[in-house]
Amino acid sequence: MLLIRCPYCEEERPELEFRNAGEAHIARSSDMAATSDDDFEKFFFIRSNPKGIIYERWRHMHGCARFFNAVRDTVSDRFLMTYKAGEPKPAKLPGASK
Amino acid sequence: MIAAFRIPGAGRLKQAETASFSFDGRPYAGVEGDTLASALLANGVHLVGRSFKYHRPRGFLSAGAEEPNALVEVKRDAARKTPNVRATVQELYDGLTAQSQNRWPSLSFDVSAVGDIASPLLSAGFYYKTFMWPKSAWKNLYEPKIRAAAGLGVAPDQPDPDHYSARYAHCDVLVVGGGAAGIAAALAAAETGVRVILADEQADFGGSLRFESGARIDGQDGFAWAQGAVAKLKAMDNVRVLSRTTAFGYYAQNFVGLVERVSDHLQSPGRDLPRERLWQVRASRVVLATGAIERHMVFADNDRPGIMLASAARTYLNHYGVAVGRNVGVYTANDSAYAAAIDLKKAGVGVAAIVDLRDNPTGPVIDEARALGIEVNFGRAVIRAGGKLRVSSMTVQPKNGGGERTIPVDAILMSAGWTPSVHLFSQSRGKVAFNDETKRFVPGAYAQDCVSVGACNGTDGLSATIDEAYAAGAKAAKDAGVKNAGADTVKGAKPKVDASESWSRGMLGAAPGAGADTTVKAFVDFQNDVTAKDIRQAVHEGMRSIEHVKRFTTNGMATDQGKTSNMHGLAIAAETLGKPIPQVGLTTFRAPYTPVTFGSIVGHARGPLFDPTRKTAIHPWAERQGAVFEDVGQWKRAWYFPKAGEDMHAAVDRECVTVRKTAGLFDASTLGKIEVVGPDAAKFMELLYTNPWEKLEPGRCRYGIMLREDGFIYDDGVVGRLAPDRFHVTTTTGGAPRVMNHMEDYLQTEFPHLNVWLTSITEQWAVIAVQGPKSRDIIAPLVEGIDMSDDALPHMSVREGKICGVPTRLFRMSFTGERGFEVNVPADHGQAVWEALWAEGQKHGACAYGTEAMHVLRAEKGYIIVGQDTDGTVTPGDAGLDWAVGKKKTDFVGIRGMARPDLVAKGRKQLVGLKTKDPKVVLEEGAQIVGDPKQAIPMTMIGHVTSSYWSQNCGRSIALALFAGGRDRMGETLYVPMPNGTIEVEVTGMVFFDEKGERLNG
Repeated sequence: MLLIRCPYCEEERPELEFRNAGEAHIARSSDMAATSDDDFEKFFFIRSNPKGIIYERWRHMHGCARFFNAVRDTVSDRFLMTYKAGEPKPAKLPGASK
Repeated sequence: MIAAFRIPGAGRLKQAETASFSFDGRPYAGVEGDTLASALLANGVHLVGRSFKYHRPRGFLSAGAEEPNALVEVKRDAARKTPNVRATVQELYDGLTAQSQNRWPSLSFDVSAVGDIASPLLSAGFYYKTFMWPKSAWKNLYEPKIRAAAGLGVAPDQPDPDHYSARYAHCDVLVVGGGAAGIAAALAAAETGVRVILADEQADFGGSLRFESGARIDGQDGFAWAQGAVAKLKAMDNVRVLSRTTAFGYYAQNFVGLVERVSDHLQSPGRDLPRERLWQVRASRVVLATGAIERHMVFADNDRPGIMLASAARTYLNHYGVAVGRNVGVYTANDSAYAAAIDLKKAGVGVAAIVDLRDNPTGPVIDEARALGIEVNFGRAVIRAGGKLRVSSMTVQPKNGGGERTIPVDAILMSAGWTPSVHLFSQSRGKVAFNDETKRFVPGAYAQDCVSVGACNGTDGLSATIDEAYAAGAKAAKDAGVKNAGADTVKGAKPKVDASESWSRGMLGAAPGAGADTTVKAFVDFQNDVTAKDIRQAVHEGMRSIEHVKRFTTNGMATDQGKTSNMHGLAIAAETLGKPIPQVGLTTFRAPYTPVTFGSIVGHARGPLFDPTRKTAIHPWAERQGAVFEDVGQWKRAWYFPKAGEDMHAAVDRECVTVRKTAGLFDASTLGKIEVVGPDAAKFMELLYTNPWEKLEPGRCRYGIMLREDGFIYDDGVVGRLAPDRFHVTTTTGGAPRVMNHMEDYLQTEFPHLNVWLTSITEQWAVIAVQGPKSRDIIAPLVEGIDMSDDALPHMSVREGKICGVPTRLFRMSFTGERGFEVNVPADHGQAVWEALWAEGQKHGACAYGTEAMHVLRAEKGYIIVGQDTDGTVTPGDAGLDWAVGKKKTDFVGIRGMARPDLVAKGRKQLVGLKTKDPKVVLEEGAQIVGDPKQAIPMTMIGHVTSSYWSQNCGRSIALALFAGGRDRMGETLYVPMPNGTIEVEVTGMVFFDEKGERLNG
């Protein structure tokens, strides 16, 4: 069981308290109704599914209930860092393998 | 009476404290502290099992958890039968009953042993090759027969009456293994004050100090030192000491699973004691002190009962006081077996000869053995063992060939060397490295915050082990951070080794006489009956990787996971391939280290505790009324309320008719309820639901539809606006948690600028639906402060006031098509208010109705149930709910998704009504619909029936269905092919009763 640091609680808590919520940094258009078919496809269906570093959303479901973002290495399953929702993608990652 | 092979004064058990037990129905006497194995050996019993495939007689190989052969069934009572218990691990208690497995009719005469003679048919990979034809015989004859003949114990056929507990634990340093290394590491760590857990799988701490008679630490016998050190650790507040506890799995971020066998060793465990306890430990640092496991010699018929590991024989002697024979032979490729021979000889056991494969080894143990008058032969091999149910001789030959000599023996002690137990290290994703000099895989690159010490790290000798372990324990404590403790220095003193034994090296693979040119049965893996020949055959048949060799031969795939066999198998494969061992590679070690019961994993989560059961405030009343309940998610809901003599059908018909004639009361408390509050509450609702909300007046309600971003219906429910900034949202019963999550997700991440907060109020409000022409008459007398007239409280409105003196949110709404109300009251008052309404209702002839009648009544009106009439691919348009989508809205979740080309294309499946041509026929929900019943099979299915009921109010069956082009086919005849014939149906609208909707105000 992984330990995940909640950036709101500022504590590492066991994975059981959290729920994954899919890939992060996929912005919903502010003019949704006018989105083209292609853009909607990218927004709704296309996910990166990388081998390596993934940016994803988690929710501290059984804790503070906040959604936040995390950087995880899908190869080692290690969390490199977590940060609050709305914050930009981190420029530098601590301890990234590649 | 002392058992025949118990040596008076030898070992550490109090030989006066006897315990009686039985094996295969025969009574025996053992001694308190025995294992089942040591007690049987004390009685001269070696034959304890039959092998998996060939049914060869088997005895004890080991004295520990690595045991591949001595698997027995231990039975406490009819329900407490544990198969595949390793007799070398099972502690004896008075009255223990054990039985051998995989034999018929008896252990000494086993019919299936013909498998041994027919073994050419059963060689490696036989299930891929032989018994293949005729094809049908595999299924009907070969497979069942082979399955019946092969195998281990029999699973118990009754529910497990024992209980199992679970604990989470956190510590700074977890030490796995309580031998010299583990104890030294734990002492060093504990003395700094950090939180330490020390776990060992045995009943007694000490590890190999149990048999190493030559070890002296701090001026004491090694085992005595271990007991003293552990007693000291137990007395410390910051240390938890767990015996009989196996660390079976090493998971991410130093999460280690331990299973503690709490009561399997007790004669009559109290009911308050769990059988086992699962420890889920999160450790800052882990010290692995898991030791090493001795390997057997691979020679012909090396599996005869009486042939065992040298260290096992030594353990039986030095710890249990049991001689494994009276005239033993020794076959070795390293020094450690000499120590066993010396100990046995000194205890008065005859040692026929030591056969050493090495050419000219030297050392103190060899000199000592000679000095004791033991015959020592160098450069020779045991090429075969004699005897069947018990070894009777060993045949010796110079290792490069020559004259044979047969020596009578009643036991053979063997040692090919020691394999470091890197299982947990490997499970932690650490990479092992091959030491070419010592021919061992030892921990290489670490993946987690752990360290290996002692024999499992390839460290030889007690002094070096304790030095390494003590330093590692201190470092682990320091690295773990000593914030939790007062000091960061080790206060105690490092244990001092006064005398020790040391050995290493040995050999891997088949011994001479079982080489490539032979066809003898020289077992590599005892439990899966894999011989050296099988492994060579696998390579000859094209297996190149050790992973393939393993799967083809099943070497190392038995429940012992190859603890004794992996290295031999690897070496034989490497030799046959002509490649160095590291190039062939080692198979991956996986959890569990030793078998773990399902019970310990499941813990308390079974029966009623498997999943929470949710009951409404009104549940006890419904129970008293004799309601039949159904499960809806975790909820128990009243399904129907049968009166005396009524079946479900009659009860539901009566309930449906009564609601439309007078009134009915329905417990709707399970409906999901969410309060959406804040200055931007209406804006938020606009974004989350398809409907317009800004202009909904406070006090009014609206039926809302929630979509996912893809445009499909996600949930629905009636929403009441209590105030400009406050909405009382209802959801489906099953959808409440995910709707809440969906709302939170959008509020927190997409619309964080909105000033809104969300509160789940599902369990705060009990909901009593009162529906029917008399509903107002029933409620009105109990209500204060709410004008209940149609003008003041029209259909789809909500008021706050009081009922029976308690606060209520009173909704005028209907899921039946009748005049109706939903009375929300604080859950604590739910039952009292229900009973008051029930008393009023009785005056008008109202009934209580359950979920089944609710379903029928709503279907009569064509009201959909999300998840039943929709399936995640249904748009509002498909469901005939276009009217609920705000046409002027510029944004809401799903607005773009529902405009996708495929979602607006012609011919989509649409929800409509169906009437069977024969009104008495009720369609089956889920039944498929076709346009032409005469077409060839497979027919083109155009859709399916989503809801179908007998409607007593309509006097006929009714159904809703979702099929291609639904609304364009009004009046058409379609067909529902069923096993008993095709049913003709007519396509109709969705409303079957009161089409004009006049009864809402009736």
